[in-house]
Amino acid sequence: MRRPSGDDGVEAPPPVALVYNPKVRSALYQLALVLTVAWLGYQFAVNAAANLGARNIASGLGFFSNTAGFGVNLSLIAFEETDTYGRAFVVGLLNTLLVSGIGIVLATLLGFAIGIGRLSSNWLVARIAGGYVELIRNLPLLFQILFWYLAVLSTLPGPRQSLSIFGTIFINNRGFVVPALRPAEGFVYVAAAFGLGVLAAIALGLWAKRLRERSGRSVPVLWKAAALVVGLPLVTFVAAGLPIDADLPRIQGFNFVGGTRIIPEFLALLAALTIYTASFIAEIVRAGILAVPRGQTEAGLALGLRRGQLLRLILLPQALRIIVPPLTNQYLNLTKNSSLAVAIGYPDLFAVFAGTTLNQTGQAIEIIAITMAVYLALSLVTSVLMNLYNSRVRLIDR
Amino acid sequence: MTTTAPSGFVRDEMIAPAEPPHVRASMLGWIGERLFNSFGNATLTVLGIVGLAALAWPTLRFLLLDAVWRGTERTDCLAETVGHDVGACWPFIWAKFDQLMYGFYPASERWRPNLVYGFGALLLAPLLVPRVPHKTLNAVLFFGVFPLVAGVLLVGGVFGLPEVETRLWGGLLVTLVISFTGIVGSLPLGILLALGRRSDLPVVRSASVVFIEFWRGVPLITVLFFATYMLPLFLPGNWKIDGLLRVLIGVILFSAAYLAEVVRAGLQAIPRGQFEGAMALGLGYWRMMGLIILPQALRLVIPGLVNSFIALFKDTTLVLIVAIFDLLGQLRASFSDPNWATPATLFTGFAFAGIIYFVVSFAMSRYAMFTEQRLRAR
Repeated sequence: MRRPSGDDGVEAPPPVALVYNPKVRSALYQLALVLTVAWLGYQFAVNAAANLGARNIASGLGFFSNTAGFGVNLSLIAFEETDTYGRAFVVGLLNTLLVSGIGIVLATLLGFAIGIGRLSSNWLVARIAGGYVELIRNLPLLFQILFWYLAVLSTLPGPRQSLSIFGTIFINNRGFVVPALRPAEGFVYVAAAFGLGVLAAIALGLWAKRLRERSGRSVPVLWKAAALVVGLPLVTFVAAGLPIDADLPRIQGFNFVGGTRIIPEFLALLAALTIYTASFIAEIVRAGILAVPRGQTEAGLALGLRRGQLLRLILLPQALRIIVPPLTNQYLNLTKNSSLAVAIGYPDLFAVFAGTTLNQTGQAIEIIAITMAVYLALSLVTSVLMNLYNSRVRLIDR
Repeated sequence: MTTTAPSGFVRDEMIAPAEPPHVRASMLGWIGERLFNSFGNATLTVLGIVGLAALAWPTLRFLLLDAVWRGTERTDCLAETVGHDVGACWPFIWAKFDQLMYGFYPASERWRPNLVYGFGALLLAPLLVPRVPHKTLNAVLFFGVFPLVAGVLLVGGVFGLPEVETRLWGGLLVTLVISFTGIVGSLPLGILLALGRRSDLPVVRSASVVFIEFWRGVPLITVLFFATYMLPLFLPGNWKIDGLLRVLIGVILFSAAYLAEVVRAGLQAIPRGQFEGAMALGLGYWRMMGLIILPQALRLVIPGLVNSFIALFKDTTLVLIVAIFDLLGQLRASFSDPNWATPATLFTGFAFAGIIYFVVSFAMSRYAMFTEQRLRAR
């Protein structure tokens, strides 16, 4: 709302005090804001310096190269107690990315299934999906994390009474023990076959699309593509003499030897994040599909499409344009929410860095600022990636 | 149409017309149509019934049928004493009830939180019903006067009331105090930020944008850590801030950024003519906003505000990580009581707290939907 200034030659405004001049006034307001912020910043800095001096807390980022002296119960890279805080930081960051990455994929799948389920013509399915959304959305996430961790996973039987799935996967109160798979000699052929299968499937898809556009004949590709991607490596796998070393877990004494243990902290966090976020994604998907005009559904049905085809070819592509921006928000929320890991001891960035490291070094300012910066950067990167995708699926006006 | 060139896309002979759709009005017809109209749907229906039964029956048995209702100690909840499988151990909740509601607030002073609840309910109820008049006065009392009265009553130390330190507070009391103070404290700041974000002054605008995007980009738990561990370092060494107050500051900063975005949506929905009309009347910026724009904009965003309140109510659980005992924190603390260690304790506790959280959030979300429909109907 810019006010007209007096220089349009109509009539000079009557002389007024300088403070009533809108331009001077806005400059004064802004100067006042800048000065206030600067003064606050200065006070904070002075106080912080005094307080840190009084408490004998070091400052600076030197602590990154000090020995951490604590262990973590899950690490994607080798980590010993003698490693540095810097390495612990990386371990935590990777664990955050691990649980959010898997969580995003699972929550998307579950959320789409439930969102589409809520619109199902099947009355019971729609009701079950609706009940899921209402129940899960109205319970705090931390409540759900603690529920899965304390009430479900830690009340499972102990290692000796593990629930066993075909003697390969064992479920007990110390997590899931699954076979550890290591590629052996000859596995490279299987990987090559997989790559070849993917390429062939893409080529098949392109060929089928070209054929459909030219002649209108549509060739079902899905099963053939699946056979290429899954079947080809499988055949090679058998032909190469099963080139994989499976280290099966077995009980010895009071615990398992062999295999890989998936810690319950990870499982509880993943379950809660997936289930919680899926309920929000489901609502976004439902709103997106409902926003596609009804005429689109009717026209699709009139063309003789089946419901699955209608959803896949007509509704979802249009709904995605509405779904993607809020979906990005949910992905960001999931990543940020993974910091609740600290409540159950999953060693994510927050627990390792703002939890243990802060406790040991006491350098609150540096550590909390860095933690916040990392989450901000993650948010920024996710936004940029999703905006790229969004500009791809955007409606192009011709 | 013999003149058309042959094409793969176009059919050249007619297909037989489809059967007219069946319309069956009976109950069986409805079941057939909505549940068993195809093989796939029938499978889904059967799976759904089996899944529901597998979930609902044990839940019902746990909560009601097999539950232990009366008792005074853990042995009353053991299968050996009861003689059958035990479900929920409700005596555990009765024993911990006061803690879950008030924390360690002294028993002789609990009339004070109760009185605050009473005042709150008396002021809130007429505010929620659209037909009751005097909304402005009501809102001023609820958002302006009530927090002060509640603060004096709860903290004490004046008017002959003994002081109750906030570290004694706990349970649902802390949950409600944090969510209510969070929303009341952050609303003015959120409105200012929303106005700032739409301001003509470039410095004010960019400062607001940075503030909003910063707090929205970081997880609440980092904000709570910031408030608990970093904020005291920024203040003069002789200032002691109470632990609960620190958390409240963090919650207010965090929630103000979210409220600013809600309010901004309302400001954007006000037609340009309203601004121009106000300016033509000669109103300055603050009077234009205060008398013309904000009253309309805030009314538009009531559903959004209620939804933010639900989110805040659920988010208060995070304070247990910085050692403030809200309902969930108090619940977790009560699990470690060896006097009540039974197989059913954990599930009972979660069921109780879950019901409280669910009922409050669900009721508020229904209220948000109701206000939304009212706005749409106008």
